[in-house]
Amino acid sequence: MALLLPTIFPTNLIKQVCRLLLASTLAYCSATAADNSLTESQPTSTAATIALSSNCPPSFMLSDNNQCQLRNLYQLYNSLGDHGIGGLKTALPAHRDGFSPQQIDLGRLLFFDPLLSADKSVSCASCHNPGQGFSDGLGRSIGIHGQRGTRSAPSLWNSAFIKDFFWDARAQSLEQQALSPLFSPQEMGNNPSQLLSSLQAVAAYPKLFKQAFPDSSDLSLNQIATALAAFQSSLISLNSRYDQYAHGYAEALNQQEIEGLNIFRSFVARCSQCHMPPLFTNQQIAVIGTPEPEGMPRDIGAEKTFGSVKLKGGFKVPSLRNIAETAPYMHSGRFETLREVAAFYSGGRGHAVPEGEDLLLHWHISEPNLTAYELDRLVDFMGTLSDSSLLPRTPKSVPSGLHILSEQKISEKIISNKSISENNHDKS
Amino acid sequence: MTKAKTLGLVIALVAFVGGWQLGQNSDSTPQITSSIGGASYSGGGDADRINTALPERTAIGETITVNPGDSIQAAVEAAQPGDTIQVMPGIYSETVYIDKDDIHLVGVIKAGERATLDGLGKLNDAILYSGNNILIANFKITRYKGNGIMSQAGNNFEIRNNIIIDTGIYGIFPQLGVNGVIEHNIVSGIADAAIYVGMSDNIHVAHNEVFDSVAGIEIENSRHAIVENNYTHNNSGGILAFITPGLPIKTTFDVIIRNNFILDNNIVNFAAPGSTVAGIPSGTGILVMAADDVIIEGNIIVNHKVAGILINDHGNAPGLTLDPDVDPNADRVMILDNVMHNNGYDTIDEVRAFALTELHTGDIDIFQIGPSQDSCIINRHRYHHVGLGDFAECDFTNTDSTHSYLLADGAKPRVIESAERGEIAYMGICAGCHAYDDVLIGPSTRDIQAMYAGNAEGIVSYINAPFKVRPEYPEMPAQNYLDAETQLAVAEYLLDMDLGPVQP
Repeated sequence: MALLLPTIFPTNLIKQVCRLLLASTLAYCSATAADNSLTESQPTSTAATIALSSNCPPSFMLSDNNQCQLRNLYQLYNSLGDHGIGGLKTALPAHRDGFSPQQIDLGRLLFFDPLLSADKSVSCASCHNPGQGFSDGLGRSIGIHGQRGTRSAPSLWNSAFIKDFFWDARAQSLEQQALSPLFSPQEMGNNPSQLLSSLQAVAAYPKLFKQAFPDSSDLSLNQIATALAAFQSSLISLNSRYDQYAHGYAEALNQQEIEGLNIFRSFVARCSQCHMPPLFTNQQIAVIGTPEPEGMPRDIGAEKTFGSVKLKGGFKVPSLRNIAETAPYMHSGRFETLREVAAFYSGGRGHAVPEGEDLLLHWHISEPNLTAYELDRLVDFMGTLSDSSLLPRTPKSVPSGLHILSEQKISEKIISNKSISENNHDKS
Repeated sequence: MTKAKTLGLVIALVAFVGGWQLGQNSDSTPQITSSIGGASYSGGGDADRINTALPERTAIGETITVNPGDSIQAAVEAAQPGDTIQVMPGIYSETVYIDKDDIHLVGVIKAGERATLDGLGKLNDAILYSGNNILIANFKITRYKGNGIMSQAGNNFEIRNNIIIDTGIYGIFPQLGVNGVIEHNIVSGIADAAIYVGMSDNIHVAHNEVFDSVAGIEIENSRHAIVENNYTHNNSGGILAFITPGLPIKTTFDVIIRNNFILDNNIVNFAAPGSTVAGIPSGTGILVMAADDVIIEGNIIVNHKVAGILINDHGNAPGLTLDPDVDPNADRVMILDNVMHNNGYDTIDEVRAFALTELHTGDIDIFQIGPSQDSCIINRHRYHHVGLGDFAECDFTNTDSTHSYLLADGAKPRVIESAERGEIAYMGICAGCHAYDDVLIGPSTRDIQAMYAGNAEGIVSYINAPFKVRPEYPEMPAQNYLDAETQLAVAEYLLDMDLGPVQP
């Protein structure tokens, strides 16, 4: 069997990862971060020396036909009807994999390259910042020309398991999703012909595309979509402390976190009825009546996608994995902390829906009347779903030579994120 | 299912050739079918008398006794798969959760005094479990806010002989489980369904008494369920077979509702606003909504003000969300002989209005609205019925050949060979820090192979309690959360890996 090296671990991001990790692993982290001998092994600065990785990212195994196949501990289990929902030892939903290491690595370079936007100012990573749970901490993301959108950047962790994309579920594949922000005037503002010509104008890109797509002659939009989908499908976060508990190690969670788990799955709070393990989403649309930020009109959400007023204000149930890293919360970032989110669900059915507005609220939106203590435990439990141990490496440079999101900027955002979670902790 | 469709065609053909009028609601000679003997339903299920959902114990365990004043949960935490926990009579106020397999949690009943879980109106759930092969028996459970007994994805379970009173939303609620038995429980005072089978497969609900609840027994988005010999009375609705739209599992089919006593389910619906069961018209014996292949046989259905049996599609159920992935119609509903009396005597306006379109007034035993393909009934002349015009004659009279839908050998765990287990753990965990040849965060896999050649146990012992070996590397976090089998498998996998020649 041809086994190759998985080497996409981000040694230059270890400091950042470690900031996200929990106290128990800090000694491990500080030692790692101090090791300056760990540097990125793939040169990406000049066309002559660029080679895409021939190794799969961690958690993927290279097959004989050069495909990266996902391996994770949940493959030890079944799920009812192979739906990938259930309890602790339940298999995950069907996933995307089978991309080549070269496609994944090309996707990584494209993901960080601002060349993909109309004015070369914004990359995918601008809003899906690896240092911030692949979100941006803004609530409503900012696209080119400083335009503020109406929805928050969803985390990309575990995209491989997601079947519908965007908050309103309007795309049904990673490839379909990938191109949309590139051509949205509010996001990256590009158009197909400019995108293709600007990639072709950078000497390295046609060669890199040839490495990733050896059977095709021309660089195409489909290849861009495939590469971005390949990279997104490689973002695996399944080694959290919750996962250790799920696999049978009771000591992985402390007493308060276990209390939180029991509140989470109880039928009083009903969190797990939509945020179903092991992905912590049931991948359905739910109308929950969450308020928009001050002054913003109601976002009709999935009503538009499905053409039914029954789904007015409905959005996809997001996965809660790494949720502690992606404040603020809800589709437009109305809530700053997980504590506020938990309190929203306990605030009574429709309490935040303006009088006279007609929403067909989800049947699980009820009146759980959780105590302050219980809300705090829910926040504790959600914190156990964090795992950035397989964070991909941010390239030191991208083929276009454009400036990428600097490490400093990433770490500033991490620090502000961290202070939010510390605030959470203080309240609890 | 296909067979039922074919049969429908055959009957239509016979009707054409023979020139007789089938299935009309008229005073002309009714088609009388004897259900003594006759053909049995051949829609699946097992004729073998499978009476248990619990496989043999996975280990010869111990019996742990819990006395009043002790914590049941502490016993669960101490228990190993194969153990039985015996709870002595007395009051216990706690939430018990079982996140391990093959635990039997059994109350001891002494002269009628039970081990009683009392939530004091403050605790959420009495018993939660996620493990497989779980038995919960002989408890009294009362005053909880969420559920009496709830499972999430536990397979091969039995919930027996419990008395459950006022435990919030559900009395007994297995969810996402395969192969389970719910028998001989008495459940009352529940704000949603006393017994609620949600998104599950191969379930047997029998010999229970359910009353003073909104719904008696609910089979929702589940397949292969039998509900038999239950006594359901004084609820708002007696027995339901549903598809609720918006859930991740989209079907309900192969449900047999037979030989139940369904009486006087007329209490005011006190469900929470917005909940699915809030839409059940108080006074409904059996409600079939959007579910397919539901057989109703041998029930005694008496004294329901709305209808004895109410069958509808999602189109006639306002207030439900839109779900394009759900078939909204109740197809292949099969109604065999039932004893029905005094139903529909004070029905709701919507039912009365639709009945009038068929010029029907007065009592209604069976009410059907919305498209329903390939449905059938026998001896329809016995009942007051509305909306059965498209129902053919069933070509079978009983379900005797389907003893249960339980699985003969239980739901099986995935069989994972040791090498596959090792590969999964190596790729999913170890590869994050250990590359084959390069130094990533820890030493290379090749170095580890050299260091531990032939000594998988050495790796197991190291990863359980790592210590700093080389100053230039960070100390490894313990991998003690992996079970012993997985630890050994990954160690052997690592040592057996063929890394080929050293890469340049």
